[in-house]
Amino acid sequence: MTVAPTLIFGWGNPSRGDDALGPLLLDRVEALLPDHPEWGAVDLLTDFQLQVEHALDLDGRERVLFVDASAATADAPYGVSAVAPARDSSFTTHALSPQGVLHVYEEVRAKPPPPCHLLAIAGEAFELGSPLSGGATANLEDALAWTCRWLSQPRG
Amino acid sequence: MYQFELETAKSPDTLRRIVIEPVSRVEGHGKVTILLDDDNKVHQVRLHIVEFRGFEKFIEGRPYWEVPVLVQRLCGICPVSHHLAASKAMDMIVGGAQLTPTAEKIRRLMHYGQMLQSHALHFFHLSSPDLLFGFDSDVAKRNIVGVAAANPDVAKKGVLLRKFGQEVIRVTSGKRVHGTGSVPGGVNKALTPEERDYLLKDADQMVAWSRDAVRIIKQLHRQNAALYDSFGLVPSTMMSLVGPGGELDFYHGALRAKDKDGEAIFDQVSYQGYNTLLTEGVKSWSYMKFPYITALGDENGWYKVGPLARIQNCDSIPTPLAEEERKEFEAYGNGKPQHASLAFHWARMIEMLCAAETIKSLLVDDDMLGRDLVASGPRRSEGIGVIEAPRGTLFHHYRVDDDDLVTYANLIVSTTNNNTAMNVAVREVAKKYLSGRELTEGLLNHIEVAIRCFDPCLSCATHALGKMPLEVSLVDAGGTVIHRLTKGEDGEIRS
Repeated sequence: MTVAPTLIFGWGNPSRGDDALGPLLLDRVEALLPDHPEWGAVDLLTDFQLQVEHALDLDGRERVLFVDASAATADAPYGVSAVAPARDSSFTTHALSPQGVLHVYEEVRAKPPPPCHLLAIAGEAFELGSPLSGGATANLEDALAWTCRWLSQPRG
Repeated sequence: MYQFELETAKSPDTLRRIVIEPVSRVEGHGKVTILLDDDNKVHQVRLHIVEFRGFEKFIEGRPYWEVPVLVQRLCGICPVSHHLAASKAMDMIVGGAQLTPTAEKIRRLMHYGQMLQSHALHFFHLSSPDLLFGFDSDVAKRNIVGVAAANPDVAKKGVLLRKFGQEVIRVTSGKRVHGTGSVPGGVNKALTPEERDYLLKDADQMVAWSRDAVRIIKQLHRQNAALYDSFGLVPSTMMSLVGPGGELDFYHGALRAKDKDGEAIFDQVSYQGYNTLLTEGVKSWSYMKFPYITALGDENGWYKVGPLARIQNCDSIPTPLAEEERKEFEAYGNGKPQHASLAFHWARMIEMLCAAETIKSLLVDDDMLGRDLVASGPRRSEGIGVIEAPRGTLFHHYRVDDDDLVTYANLIVSTTNNNTAMNVAVREVAKKYLSGRELTEGLLNHIEVAIRCFDPCLSCATHALGKMPLEVSLVDAGGTVIHRLTKGEDGEIRS
């Protein structure tokens, strides 16, 4: 199976209001891919939440972008940060943090993970059955513009 | 409804309140409140589930054929369980409850794949930190990364078992998530020879690793029998589906219940009558219902479901290695049922072994490559589907009108079935380990360990960044916060 050098991994529940921001960003990027061959091959993966097996999705990548909704207002309209492996004491979980996934990668593959960033898009409402909020809709557009710029950057 | 010991304090306003919110390493949002007096004696303990609302309203009004896909969004941890339970109910709507051999076996493969990956995650990554390091160990160790650092082989097996189960789901349902493989009356695809071979090449390894996992938990159990045989002891009725010969079956069967001593309460009862067999009790302090066996009443009719109930309710397991382990489990109890909450882990690993063996046997069955995928018959207006999900018995019940829209939906999810049992377990642990002692993070973790034994899925709450702080507050009788600890997403505890 061919692995694209670029991976965008967005997670969230599409039926829980703004929790859909991660998967929705992937949908938007997918629609743009045919018009942007200069971005190179891009894999788009989604799930409800990050888990240990997702560490294996990092194999063979040159760059990775994690995308999630964020309930932290400080992230509005979106926040970007580099992600490094960390001994994550995540307590929530059935759901790992990106840092924890990278650490699992190191443990399982015995080598450093590829360069990874986290794109946190600010959301407001997360109830089951809720539509995307107005604020999140606007934030998604801003985050998409940033993602296009990120994809346009040279890899490595 | 009946009030259990430590469920409600006589004078709650005079007591200090400890809140553990949310409960860590379980799905979604759970909250435990503990009321203490000035001597730290426990007077009231309640496990609250704060996210279990709106499921039925989310489904009602939708076309019935959308429901098997839609309900996967109720829970990000066991979407396949909802996918299949809803499909079984909708099989009845389309008159296709008697599936073709290919359809039934594809669904079974999907379901056993989920059982494998769910149990692997729970044991290797959610519970093994407690089991390997101890309940009072350094909090930074008590997580998957801590396990990986100290036991890289265990962590790696867990990741790869989980990945294999996810691949079984992807191949049978068409996608890694939001799969559409199961449809009313059957499935929309069988396996290709290439897909079968792809999964089959790793099947023996998965069986071997599952056997290793059973060995690990058996060893832990025997090494510390005093703890494992008593922690979170919840003598109770046990309920599950069993096959027609009393055998373990996760996908289909009839209901069996045994009392705490292992004596039959009922057997081979069709789940079509679940809503008279069971009553969904309500308590003012909880959104989640408290089901009980109607004939026994709310005081005595509550029960537990899931691995510990299934392994002890069945007469046999159809796969040889898991059956061997079941017999050893049974012998350990000297013929008496085991009710200590930590025994869930042993039972869960026997089930994981059964799932791995079953996946292997299904993959070499030529029906998996068949082309007869969907059955149909006279249209009906009502359907009930029940399966044994990783966490226990899962009920889906729908009514559909002449316009094909769902007019009624009722779900009893596995965690709801275990609601009373979990509350009793938490009270037992609080009474034994917390009462009269100075509270520490390690002691509070005992509460969480008890809850984790049941592997509750407290609904697919959002997991957006910043949504899941853990907060423990000590509040005096006047409502003033005396002390508060929070644990951030980075795991750091701040006061």
